[in-house]
Amino acid sequence: MPDAPLLEVKAIDAFYGDFQALFGVSLTVHSGQVITVIGANGAGKSTLLKTIAGLMHPHHGEILFGGSPTTQLPAFEVLHRGVALVPEGRRLFPSLTVEENLLIGGQSRRPGPWTLGRVYELFPVLAERRELPALALSGGQQQMAAIARALMANPVLLLCDEISLGLAPVVVRDIYARMPHIVAEGASLVIVEQDIMQALRAANHVYCLQEGRIALHGPAGELTREAISAAYFGV
Amino acid sequence: MHWLNIILQGVLIGGLYAMFAAGLSLIFGVMRLVNIAHGDLIVLAAYIALMVTQALDVSPLTSLLLVVPLMAVIGYTLQRGLLNRTLGDDLLPPLLVTFGLSIIIQNGLLELFTADSRKLQAGPIEVQTFQLMQGVWIGILPLIQFVVAIGIIAGLETLFYRTALGRAFRATSDDQSVAQLVGLDTRHIFALAMALSLAVVAIAGVFLAVRANFDPAIGPARLIFGFEAVVIGGLGSMWGTLVGGIVLGVAQAIGAQIDPGWQLLAGHLVFLAVLAVRPQGLFPKVSG
Repeated sequence: MPDAPLLEVKAIDAFYGDFQALFGVSLTVHSGQVITVIGANGAGKSTLLKTIAGLMHPHHGEILFGGSPTTQLPAFEVLHRGVALVPEGRRLFPSLTVEENLLIGGQSRRPGPWTLGRVYELFPVLAERRELPALALSGGQQQMAAIARALMANPVLLLCDEISLGLAPVVVRDIYARMPHIVAEGASLVIVEQDIMQALRAANHVYCLQEGRIALHGPAGELTREAISAAYFGV
Repeated sequence: MHWLNIILQGVLIGGLYAMFAAGLSLIFGVMRLVNIAHGDLIVLAAYIALMVTQALDVSPLTSLLLVVPLMAVIGYTLQRGLLNRTLGDDLLPPLLVTFGLSIIIQNGLLELFTADSRKLQAGPIEVQTFQLMQGVWIGILPLIQFVVAIGIIAGLETLFYRTALGRAFRATSDDQSVAQLVGLDTRHIFALAMALSLAVVAIAGVFLAVRANFDPAIGPARLIFGFEAVVIGGLGSMWGTLVGGIVLGVAQAIGAQIDPGWQLLAGHLVFLAVLAVRPQGLFPKVSG
Protein backbone atom coordinates (compact mmCIF):
# COMPACT_ATOMS: atom_id res chain seq x y z
CA MET A 1 0.00 0.00 0.00
CA PRO A 2 1.53 3.37 -1.01
CA ASP A 3 1.84 6.20 1.53
CA ALA A 4 -1.01 8.67 1.86
CA PRO A 5 -1.16 11.13 -1.05
CA LEU A 6 0.15 14.68 -0.61
CA LEU A 7 -2.63 16.23 -2.64
CA GLU A 8 -5.99 14.73 -3.51
CA VAL A 9 -8.32 16.59 -5.84
CA LYS A 10 -11.64 14.79 -5.76
CA ALA A 11 -14.16 15.36 -8.54
CA ILE A 12 -14.15 19.16 -8.55
CA ASP A 13 -16.42 21.34 -10.66
CA ALA A 14 -15.31 24.94 -11.20
CA PHE A 15 -17.17 27.85 -12.76
CA TYR A 16 -16.52 31.35 -14.08
CA GLY A 17 -19.98 32.80 -13.51
CA ASP A 18 -22.27 30.53 -15.52
CA PHE A 19 -19.45 29.04 -17.54
CA GLN A 20 -18.30 25.67 -16.24
CA ALA A 21 -14.54 25.25 -16.66
CA LEU A 22 -13.94 21.97 -14.82
CA PHE A 23 -16.16 18.87 -14.77
CA GLY A 24 -15.47 16.34 -12.01
CA VAL A 25 -11.70 16.63 -12.24
CA SER A 26 -9.71 14.34 -9.96
CA LEU A 27 -5.96 14.31 -9.52
CA THR A 28 -3.55 12.78 -7.01
CA VAL A 29 -0.01 13.82 -6.16
CA HIS A 30 2.28 11.72 -4.02
CA SER A 31 5.25 13.12 -2.18
CA GLY A 32 8.26 13.59 -4.46
CA GLN A 33 6.28 13.24 -7.68
CA VAL A 34 6.38 15.53 -10.68
CA ILE A 35 2.96 15.67 -12.27
CA THR A 36 2.34 17.32 -15.59
CA VAL A 37 -1.04 18.52 -16.74
CA ILE A 38 -1.27 19.05 -20.49
CA GLY A 39 -4.09 20.21 -22.68
CA ALA A 40 -5.03 22.72 -25.35
CA ASN A 41 -5.84 26.37 -24.71
CA GLY A 42 -8.97 26.68 -22.61
CA ALA A 43 -8.94 23.05 -21.46
CA GLY A 44 -9.04 24.18 -17.82
CA LYS A 45 -5.40 23.69 -16.83
CA SER A 46 -4.93 27.10 -15.23
CA THR A 47 -8.34 26.88 -13.60
CA LEU A 48 -7.29 23.62 -12.00
CA LEU A 49 -4.13 25.18 -10.55
CA LYS A 50 -5.95 28.30 -9.37
CA THR A 51 -8.52 26.13 -7.63
CA ILE A 52 -5.84 24.06 -5.90
CA ALA A 53 -4.08 27.27 -4.81
CA GLY A 54 -7.30 28.73 -3.37
CA LEU A 55 -7.73 31.63 -5.79
CA MET A 56 -10.96 29.96 -6.95
CA HIS A 57 -13.24 27.63 -5.05
CA PRO A 58 -14.97 24.60 -6.58
CA HIS A 59 -18.77 24.34 -6.51
CA HIS A 60 -18.59 20.59 -5.97
CA GLY A 61 -15.88 18.20 -4.93
CA GLU A 62 -13.10 18.35 -2.42
CA ILE A 63 -9.40 19.18 -2.22
CA LEU A 64 -7.29 17.53 0.47
CA PHE A 65 -3.74 18.65 1.13
CA GLY A 66 -1.71 16.53 3.53
CA GLY A 67 -4.95 14.80 4.46
CA SER A 68 -6.87 17.93 5.54
CA PRO A 69 -9.37 19.83 3.40
CA THR A 70 -8.31 23.12 1.81
CA THR A 71 -11.32 23.32 -0.51
CA GLN A 72 -12.72 26.61 0.83
CA LEU A 73 -9.54 28.19 2.24
CA PRO A 74 -8.42 31.55 0.82
CA ALA A 75 -5.20 31.53 -1.19
CA PHE A 76 -3.03 33.06 1.54
CA GLU A 77 -3.96 30.25 3.94
CA VAL A 78 -3.33 27.58 1.33
CA LEU A 79 0.14 29.14 0.86
CA HIS A 80 0.74 28.92 4.61
CA ARG A 81 -0.12 25.20 4.44
CA GLY A 82 2.68 24.77 1.87
CA VAL A 83 1.17 25.13 -1.61
CA ALA A 84 2.77 27.81 -3.80
CA LEU A 85 1.70 28.78 -7.32
CA VAL A 86 3.92 30.26 -10.03
CA PRO A 87 1.16 32.10 -11.91
CA GLU A 88 0.75 32.13 -15.67
CA GLY A 89 2.50 35.12 -17.21
CA ARG A 90 4.95 35.44 -14.27
CA ARG A 91 3.15 38.36 -12.68
CA LEU A 92 6.04 39.81 -10.70
CA PHE A 93 5.23 42.88 -8.63
CA PRO A 94 6.24 45.77 -10.93
CA SER A 95 6.88 48.33 -8.18
CA LEU A 96 9.21 46.00 -6.30
CA THR A 97 12.82 45.25 -7.13
CA VAL A 98 13.87 41.69 -8.01
CA GLU A 99 15.10 41.11 -4.47
CA GLU A 100 11.95 42.61 -2.94
CA ASN A 101 9.88 40.23 -5.04
CA LEU A 102 11.84 37.33 -3.57
CA LEU A 103 11.66 38.71 -0.03
CA ILE A 104 7.91 39.09 -0.23
CA GLY A 105 7.74 35.50 -1.45
CA GLY A 106 9.41 34.56 1.82
CA GLN A 107 7.29 36.73 4.07
CA SER A 108 5.19 33.76 5.22
CA ARG A 109 8.34 32.61 7.11
CA ARG A 110 7.69 28.95 6.44
CA PRO A 111 10.81 27.04 7.49
CA GLY A 112 12.63 24.96 4.89
CA PRO A 113 15.64 24.69 2.62
CA TRP A 114 15.05 27.81 0.52
CA THR A 115 16.55 31.14 1.55
CA LEU A 116 17.51 34.21 -0.43
CA GLY A 117 21.05 32.82 -0.70
CA ARG A 118 19.86 29.41 -1.91
CA VAL A 119 17.53 30.74 -4.61
CA TYR A 120 20.36 32.99 -5.84
CA GLU A 121 22.52 29.86 -6.10
CA LEU A 122 19.79 28.20 -8.15
CA PHE A 123 19.37 31.27 -10.40
CA PRO A 124 22.67 33.22 -10.24
CA VAL A 125 21.51 35.74 -12.82
CA LEU A 126 18.91 37.01 -10.33
CA ALA A 127 21.64 37.78 -7.80
CA GLU A 128 23.39 39.96 -10.37
CA ARG A 129 20.18 41.86 -11.04
CA ARG A 130 18.76 41.96 -7.54
CA GLU A 131 18.53 45.78 -7.40
CA LEU A 132 16.68 46.17 -10.71
CA PRO A 133 12.93 46.74 -10.96
CA ALA A 134 11.32 43.35 -11.58
CA LEU A 135 10.10 44.24 -15.06
CA ALA A 136 13.60 45.25 -16.19
CA LEU A 137 14.41 41.53 -16.40
CA SER A 138 14.11 39.56 -19.64
CA GLY A 139 11.17 37.17 -19.99
CA GLY A 140 13.22 34.13 -19.01
CA GLN A 141 14.71 35.93 -16.03
CA GLN A 142 11.25 37.06 -14.97
CA GLN A 143 10.14 33.42 -15.07
CA MET A 144 13.12 32.45 -12.92
CA ALA A 145 12.25 35.23 -10.48
CA ALA A 146 8.62 34.04 -10.35
CA ILE A 147 9.77 30.49 -9.56
CA ALA A 148 12.27 31.80 -7.00
CA ARG A 149 9.55 33.94 -5.38
CA ALA A 150 7.37 30.84 -4.98
CA LEU A 151 10.29 28.80 -3.63
CA MET A 152 10.96 31.42 -0.96
CA ALA A 153 7.75 30.22 0.73
CA ASN A 154 9.36 26.78 1.05
CA PRO A 155 6.42 25.00 -0.57
CA VAL A 156 5.79 21.29 -0.09
CA LEU A 157 3.88 21.42 -3.37
CA LEU A 158 4.89 23.81 -6.13
CA LEU A 159 2.36 24.53 -8.88
CA CYS A 160 3.84 25.93 -12.12
CA ASP A 161 1.52 27.43 -14.72
CA GLU A 162 2.86 27.54 -18.30
CA ILE A 163 6.50 28.13 -17.50
CA SER A 164 7.46 27.97 -21.18
CA LEU A 165 4.92 30.55 -22.31
CA GLY A 166 6.51 33.06 -24.66
CA LEU A 167 10.07 31.95 -23.95
CA ALA A 168 12.77 30.78 -26.36
CA PRO A 169 13.29 26.99 -26.33
CA VAL A 170 16.85 27.34 -25.04
CA VAL A 171 15.59 29.39 -22.10
CA VAL A 172 12.83 26.88 -21.40
CA ARG A 173 15.39 24.06 -21.36
CA ASP A 174 17.57 26.06 -19.01
CA ILE A 175 14.68 26.59 -16.58
CA TYR A 176 13.54 22.97 -16.72
CA ALA A 177 17.12 21.89 -15.98
CA ARG A 178 16.71 23.44 -12.49
CA MET A 179 13.58 21.45 -11.69
CA PRO A 180 15.42 18.34 -10.40
CA HIS A 181 17.18 20.56 -7.80
CA ILE A 182 13.79 21.76 -6.58
CA VAL A 183 12.48 18.20 -6.30
CA ALA A 184 15.69 17.10 -4.58
CA GLU A 185 15.00 19.65 -1.85
CA GLY A 186 11.76 17.89 -1.07
CA ALA A 187 9.09 19.68 -3.10
CA SER A 188 6.57 17.90 -5.28
CA LEU A 189 5.60 19.59 -8.52
CA VAL A 190 2.49 20.04 -10.59
CA ILE A 191 3.45 21.55 -13.94
CA VAL A 192 0.94 22.80 -16.47
CA GLU A 193 2.25 22.90 -20.02
CA GLN A 194 1.13 23.21 -23.61
CA ASP A 195 4.52 21.95 -24.76
CA ILE A 196 3.90 18.19 -24.67
CA MET A 197 7.47 17.01 -25.25
CA GLN A 198 8.80 19.26 -22.50
CA ALA A 199 6.06 17.99 -20.22
CA LEU A 200 6.73 14.31 -20.91
CA ARG A 201 10.46 14.67 -20.26
CA ALA A 202 9.98 16.32 -16.88
CA ALA A 203 7.14 14.26 -15.44
CA ASN A 204 6.56 10.97 -13.63
CA HIS A 205 2.87 11.10 -14.29
CA VAL A 206 0.80 12.91 -16.90
CA TYR A 207 -2.77 14.13 -16.86
CA CYS A 208 -4.39 15.29 -20.05
CA LEU A 209 -7.26 17.79 -19.78
CA GLN A 210 -9.74 18.23 -22.56
CA GLU A 211 -12.60 20.72 -22.30
CA GLY A 212 -12.58 20.61 -18.53
CA ARG A 213 -12.40 16.83 -18.15
CA ILE A 214 -9.51 14.45 -17.56
CA ALA A 215 -9.27 12.66 -20.91
CA LEU A 216 -6.26 10.53 -20.10
CA HIS A 217 -3.76 9.96 -17.34
CA GLY A 218 -0.96 7.57 -16.55
CA PRO A 219 2.75 7.21 -15.83
CA ALA A 220 4.74 9.28 -18.32
CA GLY A 221 6.59 6.26 -19.75
CA GLU A 222 3.46 4.23 -20.40
CA LEU A 223 1.44 6.66 -22.50
CA THR A 224 1.83 6.38 -26.27
CA ARG A 225 2.07 9.52 -28.35
CA GLU A 226 -1.03 8.42 -30.24
CA ALA A 227 -3.06 8.17 -27.06
CA ILE A 228 -1.83 11.59 -25.93
CA SER A 229 -2.61 13.21 -29.29
CA ALA A 230 -6.09 11.74 -29.18
CA ALA A 231 -6.67 13.01 -25.64
CA TYR A 232 -5.11 16.40 -26.40
CA PHE A 233 -7.02 17.17 -29.55
CA GLY A 234 -10.09 15.09 -28.86
CA VAL A 235 -9.91 13.32 -32.23
CA MET B 1 9.18 91.75 4.08
CA HIS B 2 5.43 91.86 4.20
CA TRP B 3 5.10 89.42 1.30
CA LEU B 4 7.83 87.17 2.67
CA ASN B 5 5.80 86.90 5.87
CA ILE B 6 2.68 86.03 3.90
CA ILE B 7 4.43 83.36 1.84
CA LEU B 8 6.05 81.83 4.95
CA GLN B 9 2.66 81.56 6.66
CA GLY B 10 1.34 79.89 3.50
CA VAL B 11 4.20 77.41 3.50
CA LEU B 12 3.60 76.53 7.15
CA ILE B 13 -0.15 76.01 6.67
CA GLY B 14 0.79 73.87 3.67
CA GLY B 15 2.17 71.36 6.13
CA LEU B 16 -1.32 70.93 7.57
CA TYR B 17 -2.78 70.43 4.09
CA ALA B 18 -0.10 67.83 3.39
CA MET B 19 -1.22 66.02 6.56
CA PHE B 20 -4.83 66.05 5.27
CA ALA B 21 -3.58 64.69 1.97
CA ALA B 22 -1.09 62.05 3.14
CA GLY B 23 -3.69 59.67 4.58
CA LEU B 24 -5.93 60.13 1.54
CA SER B 25 -3.09 59.41 -0.85
CA LEU B 26 -1.97 56.36 1.11
CA ILE B 27 -5.40 54.75 0.97
CA PHE B 28 -5.84 55.45 -2.70
CA GLY B 29 -2.34 54.13 -3.41
CA VAL B 30 -2.78 50.84 -1.58
CA MET B 31 -6.38 49.94 -2.40
CA ARG B 32 -7.69 52.41 -5.01
CA LEU B 33 -10.30 53.58 -2.54
CA VAL B 34 -11.32 57.24 -2.64
CA ASN B 35 -12.31 57.98 0.92
CA ILE B 36 -15.02 60.67 0.73
CA ALA B 37 -15.32 60.55 4.55
CA HIS B 38 -11.65 61.50 5.02
CA GLY B 39 -12.41 65.12 5.95
CA ASP B 40 -15.13 64.09 8.38
CA LEU B 41 -12.78 61.60 9.99
CA ILE B 42 -10.36 64.52 10.55
CA VAL B 43 -13.16 66.39 12.30
CA LEU B 44 -14.09 63.26 14.28
CA ALA B 45 -10.48 63.06 15.47
CA ALA B 46 -10.70 66.72 16.53
CA TYR B 47 -13.82 65.99 18.63
CA ILE B 48 -12.21 62.91 20.17
CA ALA B 49 -9.21 65.08 21.07
CA LEU B 50 -11.60 67.65 22.55
CA MET B 51 -13.15 64.99 24.80
CA VAL B 52 -9.75 63.64 25.80
CA THR B 53 -8.35 67.08 26.67
CA GLN B 54 -11.43 67.90 28.74
CA ALA B 55 -11.71 64.54 30.49
CA LEU B 56 -8.03 64.15 31.36
CA ASP B 57 -7.13 67.84 31.54
CA VAL B 58 -4.14 67.42 29.23
CA SER B 59 -2.82 69.62 26.41
CA PRO B 60 -3.91 68.86 22.83
CA LEU B 61 -0.43 67.68 21.88
CA THR B 62 -0.40 65.24 24.81
CA SER B 63 -3.86 64.00 23.83
CA LEU B 64 -2.28 62.66 20.63
CA LEU B 65 -0.86 59.79 22.71
CA LEU B 66 -4.43 58.56 23.05
CA VAL B 67 -6.13 59.93 19.93
CA VAL B 68 -3.63 58.47 17.46
CA PRO B 69 -3.95 54.83 18.62
CA LEU B 70 -7.70 55.24 19.02
CA MET B 71 -8.14 56.50 15.45
CA ALA B 72 -5.88 53.69 14.21
CA VAL B 73 -8.14 51.13 15.89
CA ILE B 74 -11.20 52.84 14.40
CA GLY B 75 -9.50 52.68 10.99
CA TYR B 76 -8.67 48.99 11.27
CA THR B 77 -12.20 48.12 12.41
CA LEU B 78 -13.86 50.30 9.78
CA GLN B 79 -11.86 48.62 7.02
CA ARG B 80 -12.36 45.05 8.25
CA GLY B 81 -16.01 45.50 9.16
CA LEU B 82 -17.25 47.71 6.33
CA LEU B 83 -14.95 49.00 3.61
CA ASN B 84 -13.34 45.66 2.64
CA ARG B 85 -16.78 44.50 1.60
CA THR B 86 -17.11 47.37 -0.88
CA LEU B 87 -13.82 46.73 -2.68
CA GLY B 88 -13.87 44.98 -6.02
CA ASP B 89 -13.57 45.69 -9.70
CA ASP B 90 -16.17 48.45 -9.45
CA LEU B 91 -15.01 51.83 -8.10
CA LEU B 92 -18.54 53.02 -7.31
CA PRO B 93 -19.47 51.02 -4.15
CA PRO B 94 -16.59 52.36 -1.99
CA LEU B 95 -17.38 55.91 -3.18
CA LEU B 96 -21.05 55.56 -2.23
CA VAL B 97 -20.33 53.90 1.10
CA THR B 98 -17.73 56.47 2.18
CA PHE B 99 -20.09 59.25 1.04
CA GLY B 100 -22.75 57.75 3.30
CA LEU B 101 -20.21 57.44 6.09
CA SER B 102 -19.41 61.13 5.66
CA ILE B 103 -23.06 62.04 6.21
CA ILE B 104 -23.38 59.71 9.18
CA ILE B 105 -20.29 61.17 10.88
CA GLN B 106 -21.42 64.77 10.29
CA ASN B 107 -24.89 64.16 11.68
CA GLY B 108 -23.64 62.00 14.52
CA LEU B 109 -21.29 64.79 15.61
CA LEU B 110 -24.08 67.35 15.21
CA GLU B 111 -26.31 65.24 17.46
CA LEU B 112 -23.63 64.73 20.11
CA PHE B 113 -21.85 68.08 20.11
CA THR B 114 -24.36 70.51 18.50
CA ALA B 115 -23.38 72.91 15.72
CA ASP B 116 -21.43 75.19 18.10
CA SER B 117 -17.89 76.03 17.08
CA ARG B 118 -15.22 74.50 19.28
CA LYS B 119 -11.49 74.93 19.59
CA LEU B 120 -8.70 73.07 21.30
CA GLN B 121 -6.76 75.29 23.70
CA ALA B 122 -3.03 74.70 23.55
CA GLY B 123 -2.17 77.55 25.93
CA PRO B 124 0.51 80.23 25.45
CA ILE B 125 2.30 78.24 22.75
CA GLU B 126 -0.53 79.23 20.40
CA VAL B 127 0.65 82.82 20.22
CA GLN B 128 4.40 82.44 20.75
CA THR B 129 6.56 83.58 17.86
CA PHE B 130 10.18 84.20 17.13
CA GLN B 131 11.89 86.55 14.77
CA LEU B 132 13.52 84.81 11.82
CA MET B 133 15.05 88.02 10.47
CA GLN B 134 14.31 91.69 10.50
CA GLY B 135 10.54 91.96 10.06
CA VAL B 136 9.88 88.22 9.52
CA TRP B 137 8.11 86.41 12.34
CA ILE B 138 7.34 82.74 12.69
CA GLY B 139 4.75 81.23 15.01
CA ILE B 140 6.00 78.38 17.19
CA LEU B 141 2.86 76.29 16.68
CA PRO B 142 2.73 76.57 12.86
CA LEU B 143 6.42 75.69 12.83
CA ILE B 144 5.82 72.58 14.99
CA GLN B 145 2.94 71.69 12.70
CA PHE B 146 5.15 72.00 9.62
CA VAL B 147 7.98 69.96 11.16
CA VAL B 148 5.49 67.25 12.18
CA ALA B 149 4.13 67.21 8.61
CA ILE B 150 7.64 66.68 7.24
CA GLY B 151 8.17 63.97 9.86
CA ILE B 152 4.96 62.20 8.80
CA ILE B 153 5.86 62.34 5.10
CA ALA B 154 9.41 61.12 5.78
CA GLY B 155 8.05 58.39 8.06
CA LEU B 156 5.53 57.17 5.48
CA GLU B 157 8.17 57.27 2.75
CA THR B 158 10.54 55.18 4.89
CA LEU B 159 7.79 52.77 5.82
CA PHE B 160 6.79 52.30 2.18
CA TYR B 161 10.26 51.80 0.74
CA ARG B 162 12.33 50.39 3.61
CA THR B 163 10.13 48.00 5.62
CA ALA B 164 8.47 44.62 5.13
CA LEU B 165 5.06 46.20 5.75
CA GLY B 166 5.71 48.80 3.04
CA ARG B 167 6.73 46.02 0.68
CA ALA B 168 3.45 44.27 1.43
CA PHE B 169 1.55 47.54 0.79
CA ARG B 170 3.24 48.00 -2.59
CA ALA B 171 2.80 44.36 -3.60
CA THR B 172 -0.90 44.42 -2.67
CA SER B 173 -1.31 47.65 -4.60
CA ASP B 174 0.34 46.07 -7.67
CA ASP B 175 -1.60 42.82 -7.80
CA GLN B 176 -4.08 41.68 -5.18
CA SER B 177 -4.44 38.07 -6.25
CA VAL B 178 -0.70 37.46 -6.54
CA ALA B 179 -0.29 39.13 -3.15
CA GLN B 180 -2.57 36.40 -1.80
CA LEU B 181 -0.48 33.79 -3.59
CA VAL B 182 2.63 34.85 -1.65
CA GLY B 183 0.64 34.50 1.56
CA LEU B 184 -0.57 38.04 2.21
CA ASP B 185 -4.02 38.38 3.73
CA THR B 186 -5.06 41.39 1.67
CA ARG B 187 -8.02 42.17 3.95
CA HIS B 188 -5.57 42.56 6.83
CA ILE B 189 -3.12 44.61 4.72
CA PHE B 190 -5.94 46.99 3.70
CA ALA B 191 -7.02 47.33 7.32
CA LEU B 192 -3.45 48.15 8.37
CA ALA B 193 -3.29 50.80 5.64
CA MET B 194 -6.55 52.36 6.88
CA ALA B 195 -5.25 52.24 10.47
CA LEU B 196 -2.14 54.09 9.36
CA SER B 197 -4.20 56.59 7.37
CA LEU B 198 -6.41 57.39 10.36
CA ALA B 199 -3.37 57.67 12.66
CA VAL B 200 -2.21 60.48 10.36
CA VAL B 201 -5.77 61.84 10.31
CA ALA B 202 -5.65 62.01 14.13
CA ILE B 203 -2.57 64.23 14.05
CA ALA B 204 -4.08 66.39 11.31
CA GLY B 205 -7.33 66.70 13.28
CA VAL B 206 -5.58 67.89 16.43
CA PHE B 207 -3.48 70.50 14.61
CA LEU B 208 -6.57 71.68 12.74
CA ALA B 209 -8.50 72.04 15.98
CA VAL B 210 -5.71 73.96 17.73
CA ARG B 211 -5.27 76.32 14.81
CA ALA B 212 -8.87 77.33 14.23
CA ASN B 213 -12.48 76.81 15.24
CA PHE B 214 -14.16 73.65 14.10
CA ASP B 215 -17.72 72.36 13.93
CA PRO B 216 -19.30 69.15 12.57
CA ALA B 217 -19.77 70.56 9.05
CA ILE B 218 -16.22 71.53 8.09
CA GLY B 219 -15.05 68.06 7.03
CA PRO B 220 -15.85 68.18 3.29
CA ALA B 221 -13.77 71.35 2.80
CA ARG B 222 -10.75 69.62 4.44
CA LEU B 223 -11.32 66.71 2.06
CA ILE B 224 -11.14 69.12 -0.89
CA PHE B 225 -7.87 70.64 0.39
CA GLY B 226 -6.49 67.13 0.76
CA PHE B 227 -7.56 66.15 -2.75
CA GLU B 228 -6.11 69.35 -4.21
CA ALA B 229 -2.77 68.82 -2.47
CA VAL B 230 -2.60 65.23 -3.75
CA VAL B 231 -3.45 66.23 -7.31
CA ILE B 232 -1.09 69.24 -7.40
CA GLY B 233 1.73 67.14 -5.98
CA GLY B 234 1.12 64.14 -8.22
CA LEU B 235 -0.58 60.90 -7.34
CA GLY B 236 1.55 58.36 -5.52
CA SER B 237 4.36 60.67 -4.48
CA MET B 238 4.52 61.47 -0.76
CA TRP B 239 7.01 64.34 -1.09
CA GLY B 240 4.95 65.63 -4.00
CA THR B 241 1.99 65.72 -1.64
CA LEU B 242 3.96 67.94 0.74
CA VAL B 243 4.82 70.28 -2.14
CA GLY B 244 1.16 70.19 -3.22
CA GLY B 245 0.09 71.23 0.27
CA ILE B 246 2.61 74.07 0.29
CA VAL B 247 1.54 75.33 -3.15
CA LEU B 248 -2.07 75.32 -1.98
CA GLY B 249 -1.20 77.05 1.31
CA VAL B 250 0.85 79.77 -0.38
CA ALA B 251 -1.82 80.36 -3.02
CA GLN B 252 -4.45 80.78 -0.32
CA ALA B 253 -2.25 83.11 1.72
CA ILE B 254 -1.52 85.34 -1.27
CA GLY B 255 -5.17 85.28 -2.33
CA ALA B 256 -6.29 86.30 1.15
CA GLN B 257 -3.84 89.18 1.07
CA ILE B 258 -5.29 90.54 -2.15
CA ASP B 259 -8.83 90.21 -0.88
CA PRO B 260 -10.05 88.14 2.10
CA GLY B 261 -12.77 86.66 -0.11
CA TRP B 262 -10.11 85.35 -2.48
CA GLN B 263 -8.41 83.02 -0.03
CA LEU B 264 -10.19 79.80 -1.02
CA LEU B 265 -10.71 80.89 -4.60
CA ALA B 266 -6.97 81.42 -5.14
CA GLY B 267 -6.27 77.90 -3.89
CA HIS B 268 -8.86 76.40 -6.21
CA LEU B 269 -7.60 78.45 -9.17
CA VAL B 270 -4.04 77.22 -8.69
CA PHE B 271 -5.39 73.69 -8.43
CA LEU B 272 -7.32 74.12 -11.69
CA ALA B 273 -4.29 75.67 -13.37
CA VAL B 274 -2.12 72.68 -12.41
CA LEU B 275 -4.85 70.32 -13.57
CA ALA B 276 -5.06 72.11 -16.92
CA VAL B 277 -1.33 72.48 -17.57
CA ARG B 278 0.08 69.40 -15.85
CA PRO B 279 -2.75 66.96 -15.05
CA GLN B 280 -0.32 64.30 -13.79
CA GLY B 281 0.77 66.68 -11.01
CA LEU B 282 4.18 68.15 -10.27
CA PHE B 283 5.87 64.92 -9.13
CA PRO B 284 3.89 62.02 -10.56
CA LYS B 285 4.91 58.51 -9.57
CA VAL B 286 1.94 56.43 -10.65
CA SER B 287 1.61 56.15 -14.40
CA GLY B 288 -1.40 55.05 -16.39
